[in-house]
Amino acid sequence: MSTYYDEVQEIKARYPNWRSATLPALRLAQEHHGYLSPDALRECAEALGATPAFCEAVASFYDMLHLAPVGRHMVEVCTNVSCALVGAQQVLERFEEELGIRAGETSGDGEVTLRPIECLGGCGWATVVSVDHHYRTHVKPEDVPAIVQELRSGG
Amino acid sequence: MAADGRMIVMADADSRDLTKLAEYEAVGGYQALQKTRAMSPGAVIDEVIASELRGRGGAFFPTGRKWSFVPKPNQNPNPHYLVVNADESEPGSFKDNEIMSRVPHRFIEGCLIAAHAVESKSVFVYIRGEYTGPYEILRSALEELQTRSEIRGDVTIVLHRGAGAYICGEETALLESLEGKRGQPRTKPPFPAVQGLDASPTVVNNVETMATLPPIMQMGGTEYAKLGVPDSRGTRVVSLSGHVERPGNYEIENGTSMHELIYGLAGGIPGGRELKAVIPGGSSTVILKADEIDVGYDFNSLLTLNTAMGSAGVVALDDRCCMVQLGIRISEFYEHESCGKCTPCREGTRWMTQILRRLESGEALQSELDLLLDVCDRINGKCLCPLGETAAIAVASYVDKFRAEFIAHVDRAGCPFGDSSPLHDVLAPVAVHTHSASAAVPA
Repeated sequence: MSTYYDEVQEIKARYPNWRSATLPALRLAQEHHGYLSPDALRECAEALGATPAFCEAVASFYDMLHLAPVGRHMVEVCTNVSCALVGAQQVLERFEEELGIRAGETSGDGEVTLRPIECLGGCGWATVVSVDHHYRTHVKPEDVPAIVQELRSGG
Repeated sequence: MAADGRMIVMADADSRDLTKLAEYEAVGGYQALQKTRAMSPGAVIDEVIASELRGRGGAFFPTGRKWSFVPKPNQNPNPHYLVVNADESEPGSFKDNEIMSRVPHRFIEGCLIAAHAVESKSVFVYIRGEYTGPYEILRSALEELQTRSEIRGDVTIVLHRGAGAYICGEETALLESLEGKRGQPRTKPPFPAVQGLDASPTVVNNVETMATLPPIMQMGGTEYAKLGVPDSRGTRVVSLSGHVERPGNYEIENGTSMHELIYGLAGGIPGGRELKAVIPGGSSTVILKADEIDVGYDFNSLLTLNTAMGSAGVVALDDRCCMVQLGIRISEFYEHESCGKCTPCREGTRWMTQILRRLESGEALQSELDLLLDVCDRINGKCLCPLGETAAIAVASYVDKFRAEFIAHVDRAGCPFGDSSPLHDVLAPVAVHTHSASAAVPA
């Protein structure tokens, strides 16, 4: 099994300039560390041949890259117009109830982070909820308990 | 997916699993590529110019002409790049998602055709980070081609995943992001055709544009140009969502009436409600009132109404919807997605949200409606890219078309719709920043 450092070198080789490997390297570091901790940023910088400050500056621009700890599971409810029109807010509120947290928070056991998200590009299948970066479509409030149960039972 | 009878991009996808190479080849897949490679790059460009194909990402720029701007290898010895914009993030638009998921090989074949035309050996597909499903389908499709060197030729295709930023759908921001930087737009000129990725000649094209190329090369440009209407040839995959009975993607011939899209294909408005308004081409476009939709879905027809097909995301809103609430949600979206580079957009979108919130809560004075339009004016035409401008144009169009409703919010000191509108009190991400410290933004 190759190390993170080796993987990043392979990624760099795909591009005309090493710098293009920054986003893939950040994504990979986040997968390994759960979020982009100072250690993760240092490791990423070393593999890229950049500075941790450069990595952090890039990471802070992007919504999917987390500079603070997040839950082991990520639940993101699209609340843009098409989803909102068919009840996305009610879906989000049902998640808040089931998880016992407010949107934007992580459950006390560190398991689940819940947040609203901008258009996921699934408007015709509203409400779209991205659970650990896989889309659930046509989600209704009554579907929420089963999704939470699935996550809690070690999904 | 259903259609009005003419399927080009999505042809055979309803009857076969075209994610499989064998199935795609069984319906003539990759034959257009063979035909293309037997032609000179210049002849391919001429063929696409003859088809009158225009970019399907939203700007509607003639594809063949865009290619013709790329310097020839003897004029610029740097490598030439083809970058595909698969960062679909426009609210209302979800066509590229379905195209990559259901006809990945037609999309890849289109990329290889375009690479031949612009003499590029490297293709980078910038796919939005959230699209795990389409990414995995494309990855398996490319794996299937590993052993098929006669198809791949000497072209490499790299899938590059974004990380959550609407602005990266703007072509120069996309290039910045692909170069590993914050996704902030560049000044133009130089245009990407001259200095794009790594300062080399680069063509940036949309997913649907790519997937339209194999059928064009197969049937010939002039044959394709017989479909549709003047200036909007061929077909378009249209995303229908919101208050319609059958939301989804539908491939239509350009020029099909919008009334037919909403009441025919999508089955009309659910729950016996009345149609109030339609966003015709994604959140960035000027809204249409219910009585304005007897119009062809094509470039020129929509231009007469000062609006556009954009990225073909059609959103229907029924009569319960409050237009101030719509303004808030759209403005919050652009506020969240503004990259922060140009002050009018960064600050203006936040101002727009604040004024709209005061209108909704009944605190606003009549003069604040003028202030809102003034802020919109001060964003328009004063930024590097269209993000802030489209926010301003969209919101100003809600005021323009539904002025009485905005005034009613002032006169009644509150929202006439309240929580009966489905857009009431929707929590937007801009109100909940989770990826950075949650310090309140000073007013």
